[in-house]
Amino acid sequence: MNKLLNWVDERLPVVDAWNKHVGKYYAPKNFNVWYFFGSLAMLVLVNQLITGIWLTMSYNPTAEGAFASVEYIMRDVQWGWLLRYLHSTGASAFFVVVYCHMFRGLMYGSYKKPRELIWLFGMLIYLVLMAEAFMGYLLPWGQMSYWGAQVIVNLFGAIPVIGDDLSLWIRGDYLISGITLNRFFALHVVALPIVLLGLVVLHILALHEVGSNNPDGIDIKKNKDENGNPKDGIPFHPYYTVHDLLGVGVFFFVFFIVVFFFPEMGGLFLEKPNFEPANALKTPDHIAPVWYFTPFYAMLRAVTVDLFGLDAKFWGVVVMGGAIAILFVLPWLDRSPVRSMRYKGILSKIALTIFVISFIVLGYLGIVPATAGRTTVAQILTTFYFLYFILMPFYTRMEKTKPVPERVTG
Amino acid sequence: MKKLIIGLFISVLPALTLAAGAAVHLDSMEPDHSNKASLQRGAALFTNYCMGCHSMEYARYKRVSDDLGIPADLYEENLIFTGAKIGELMKNSMSKDMAADWFGAPPPDLTLESRLRGEDWIYSYLRGFYKDDSRPLGVNNVVFENVGMPHVMAGLQGLCAVKPKIGADPSVDPLSGDIRNGEVCPEWETEGSMSPQEFNSAMYDLTNFMSYMGDPVKLERERLGMFALIFVAIFFIFAYLLNREYWKDVH
Repeated sequence: MNKLLNWVDERLPVVDAWNKHVGKYYAPKNFNVWYFFGSLAMLVLVNQLITGIWLTMSYNPTAEGAFASVEYIMRDVQWGWLLRYLHSTGASAFFVVVYCHMFRGLMYGSYKKPRELIWLFGMLIYLVLMAEAFMGYLLPWGQMSYWGAQVIVNLFGAIPVIGDDLSLWIRGDYLISGITLNRFFALHVVALPIVLLGLVVLHILALHEVGSNNPDGIDIKKNKDENGNPKDGIPFHPYYTVHDLLGVGVFFFVFFIVVFFFPEMGGLFLEKPNFEPANALKTPDHIAPVWYFTPFYAMLRAVTVDLFGLDAKFWGVVVMGGAIAILFVLPWLDRSPVRSMRYKGILSKIALTIFVISFIVLGYLGIVPATAGRTTVAQILTTFYFLYFILMPFYTRMEKTKPVPERVTG
Repeated sequence: MKKLIIGLFISVLPALTLAAGAAVHLDSMEPDHSNKASLQRGAALFTNYCMGCHSMEYARYKRVSDDLGIPADLYEENLIFTGAKIGELMKNSMSKDMAADWFGAPPPDLTLESRLRGEDWIYSYLRGFYKDDSRPLGVNNVVFENVGMPHVMAGLQGLCAVKPKIGADPSVDPLSGDIRNGEVCPEWETEGSMSPQEFNSAMYDLTNFMSYMGDPVKLERERLGMFALIFVAIFFIFAYLLNREYWKDVH
C-alpha cells in the first residue's frame, strides 16, 4: 500500500495536496455554528449532482414528454420519487445553506482583505447557482415552470434597443417552447454544473491560500508556535472533519423531515400550479418565483416609475441586477479597521440587522400578490437594502470599534 | 384636509389585508391513504362516474390494483372499460379535440388534481353543484363558478335547487344538541338515490382516492422517513461522541 502511494506520489503530488488542503490545513479553533454551512453547501452540491445524474436517466427533455416523464419518475421508476424529492428539496436546501454561509461572511467580515477573491468567487457561485436553479425549474414543464421562465426571460426584453432580440435569442422562439426547454436542459445538466464545480475549486483554493477567517476576525497566522503552526489553529483533519459530521447529522435530520414528510413544503419548494402541465394559452392568476428568488422579485416589482423615457420595468431590472451586482464590490465598501461584528460598532450592527430584516421581508413580499400597500413597503425595504451597501464606507469609518484581542476567544 | 386623509387611509386599507381576492370557503377533508376500503370505493366511483371524460394518464391500473389490494383479475373485469391491459396507463377514449367542442375545454387529466387544488377543494366541489338554468348544462357550482362540467352524480346526490352551503360551519343547538345547518342543500329540485350523509361519505371516498392518486407513495414515504430519521439520530450520537473524543484536547 505504501509502495503504491509512493509510486503515485512521485508522479502526482497527492501527499502534498492532502496536507495542504486537509491534513495540515490549519483552521482557527473557534469556529461556531455558522461555520457548518460551507461544508454543508458542498454536501448539498454532491446531493444535487448525484440525484441529478440519476434523474437525467429517466427524464425526457421535450415539451411533449417532460411533464409525463417527471410523473413517470415519481410513479414507475424504482426510488424515482426519492431521487426527485431529494433533488427538488436539495435545490431549496442549497439556497438555505448558501444564504446562511453568506450571512456568516457578512457578520464576521470574511470578505475583507485578504479574502476578497474568496468573496468574489463565492458571489460568482451564487450567480451561477441562481441560473442553475432558474433553468432547472423549467424542466418539470409545469404551469409555474413555464410562466416563471416566461416572466424572467421577458425581463431581458426591457433592455432598450436590443431587449426584444436578446430575449428572443435566449428563448430560441417567440415564446417559451420545447426549444427553450432543450437548451435550458443542456445548460442545467452540463454547462452550468461544470462552471459551478470550477468555481467551487477556485473558492476553496483561494481560501486555503490565505486561510480561514473566524468569529473574532483575527489573523491566526500572526501567532505561531515553534513548529510554525498557528497557536489558535488546528488541523482541518481530523478536527473539523469530525466536527462537520455533527452539522451533517443535524442537516440531514431537518432535510429528511422535509423530503419524506413535507416535500412540497406547503407550496414553497414545489409550487401547486406546477402540478398542471405547461399551457401557453392559460396564464396562472398569480405568478411567483420559488422562494429563494423572491427578495429580488419584490425589488423588481417595487420599481413603478418611468424615468428618462424608459419603462419602469427596465429600471426594475436595473434595480434587481444592481442588488446582486453591489454584493460583488462589498470588500471595498467596508472601511472598518476590524473584521468581525463582535468588534464593530453599533452602527454596523444596526445596519446588518436592518439589512437582514429587509431581505427576509422582501422575500415574503415577493411570494404574495402585489398590492399598493405592499409595493410601498417593498420600495422602502429595497432602499434599506441598497443603503446598507452605499452607506457602508461611511458608517464603518465613523463608528467606534472595540479593541480586537490578540488571540481568539472561546 | 381631514376628509382627504381619511379618504386616503380608507383607500389604502384594503391593500393592507393579507388575502386579497375572493377566496371560496371550503369544507375540510382529511384524507386517509391507509383506509383501503374507502380507497376501493373511491376507485369504483371514479371509474364509473369520472373516467368516461377524465383520464388519469400518469398512473397505471396495476399500481392501483396492487396498492389498494384489489385482485388483478377482478380489477380488469370490473374497473377497466377501455380494453386496456392492467399494466397500461389509465387513459380514456375521449378525443381531446371533440371534448373541447362539447365542453369548451377538454376535461383535464385528474392524476394530480389533488396536488393542484387540494383535497378540501375537490371534496367541496363535488358537493357544490346546483340548478342554474342560465348555464348551458343547467347546473353551476359554488366552488367553481360557471363550470363546464355537468352534474354527473345528480342521480346519486339529487339536484340542489339553490346554492348549496359549502364551507358553512354547522351550529349546534344549545338546548337540544341538534346540529343545525348541517345539511349542504336546504332545498332539492330532484332527490337522489343517496341520503345526504351517504353522498358525503361517498364523496369522501372519491376525494380520498384522488388524493391517493396524486401522491401514491405517501404512506411508504412516511414509513421510510421514520427509518431515515432514526438512522440519522443514531448517526448523530456516534458523530457527537467521536467529535467529543477528538476535541477533548483542544483548549
